[in-house]
Amino acid sequence: MKPAPFDYLRPATVAEALAALADGGDDARVIAGGQSLMPMLNMRLVQPRLLIDLGRLEELRTLRAADGWLTVGAAVTQAEVLARPTLVEEVPLLAAALPWVGHFQTRNRGTLCGSVAHADPSAETPLCLVATGGEVVLRNAKRRRTVAAADFFLGPLTTVKAADEIVECVRFPLARRGSGHAFREQSMRHGDFAIAACAATVNGDHASLAVGGVAERPTMRSWPLVDGRLPPDLDGALNAFAWDLGGDDDQHATARYRRDLVRRIGRTVLEEALSCRR
Amino acid sequence: MPPLKSTSVLTAEARHAVSIVLNGTPRTGHAHPRLLLSDFLRHELGAHGTRVGCEHGVCGACTVRIDGVAVRACLTLAVQADGRRIDTVEGLSQGNEGRMTALQEAFRRHHALQCGFCTAGILMSLTDYLDRNPKPTEEELRDMLSGHLCRCTGYAGIVRAVMDVTGRTVREVAHV
Repeated sequence: MKPAPFDYLRPATVAEALAALADGGDDARVIAGGQSLMPMLNMRLVQPRLLIDLGRLEELRTLRAADGWLTVGAAVTQAEVLARPTLVEEVPLLAAALPWVGHFQTRNRGTLCGSVAHADPSAETPLCLVATGGEVVLRNAKRRRTVAAADFFLGPLTTVKAADEIVECVRFPLARRGSGHAFREQSMRHGDFAIAACAATVNGDHASLAVGGVAERPTMRSWPLVDGRLPPDLDGALNAFAWDLGGDDDQHATARYRRDLVRRIGRTVLEEALSCRR
Repeated sequence: MPPLKSTSVLTAEARHAVSIVLNGTPRTGHAHPRLLLSDFLRHELGAHGTRVGCEHGVCGACTVRIDGVAVRACLTLAVQADGRRIDTVEGLSQGNEGRMTALQEAFRRHHALQCGFCTAGILMSLTDYLDRNPKPTEEELRDMLSGHLCRCTGYAGIVRAVMDVTGRTVREVAHV
């Protein structure tokens, strides 16, 4: 399995990359870590005419917490974010979920922004971005725009990003005091694509569950806490959510099994998020 | 990371010079932009220690270190490796006066390989991983090994070999 031929550009600046992307149109693709795009190139599922490499651009290596957000630039790897000592206080959900992203060897090269741009419905990073109420910063040669994570993902491998835009960075809100977070997923083997992934957050008087791998995009639902506890009919609420997600049978699992995972793992992570509030 | 130089567009039809430091020695070869680093190492530079398995990042056989970091050579283009330091399995003994490293010796002692196809990749992952986490627990180690497929050993010998060199005792836990 070898990629089809393409031209390759390693730009020195983001501006140069964006100009080339604007010229290349639909025939151009950007690559950073390449841990999603390279398999697709190898299998010739995508055959761009021009590949623009963002991986070494210093401008895209932003990794900082400021003004209530953790900002992660397009060239920052999953391993670099996971190794950040303060991550567990800043975005505890991301700290819990990143070890589930691929493997040690792919996290060393894969990027958060690349995963978000790729938009696999079972991917952990898009799920965390939706679950925390994060944002995606898109940039083309002329302008920058910020899109809420909830509005960014449209379906499998489909987002609102235009062909001439890159995901310049993603922004996760810093965890508020008194909030709780938990993450868990089920897959055939650790590191495989999730059959169902669940991210729970408890913030103020609400508990939220975001689910990946079942619907066509990461999807979240919230419930009010009752006297500081999870709703009394949580099982019923989770059952309704599991049905509304509308998962399908595929080669990995049946729709019924997926609904069962949402009900069971959903309850587990919600209880864990409630109990680990700090 | 080396200072960034913009490339003019490297055209698909031509082969372009790619210079790397392979196991401490500067090497230059030529590559079409679409050439994978795994194929560049084997076919262009003749470094056959790195194995090629699935070619989509799942099996881990082609794992090498780029600037010290363990990554899949089949998910990296040769042109992306230009100017970087690449370490492969051949370099382990070269950096150890021609003798196998303690980890390699432990692999032999504990039968951590049978056919050996996955071994080069696992050794390169482990050298990076143990640099960062010198005394992993068995659970941590098995989690890291989940990025490699070995169909001969069931991983038990590999786990024992690593626990031996890191001075930890083995407690059999559920398989990865």
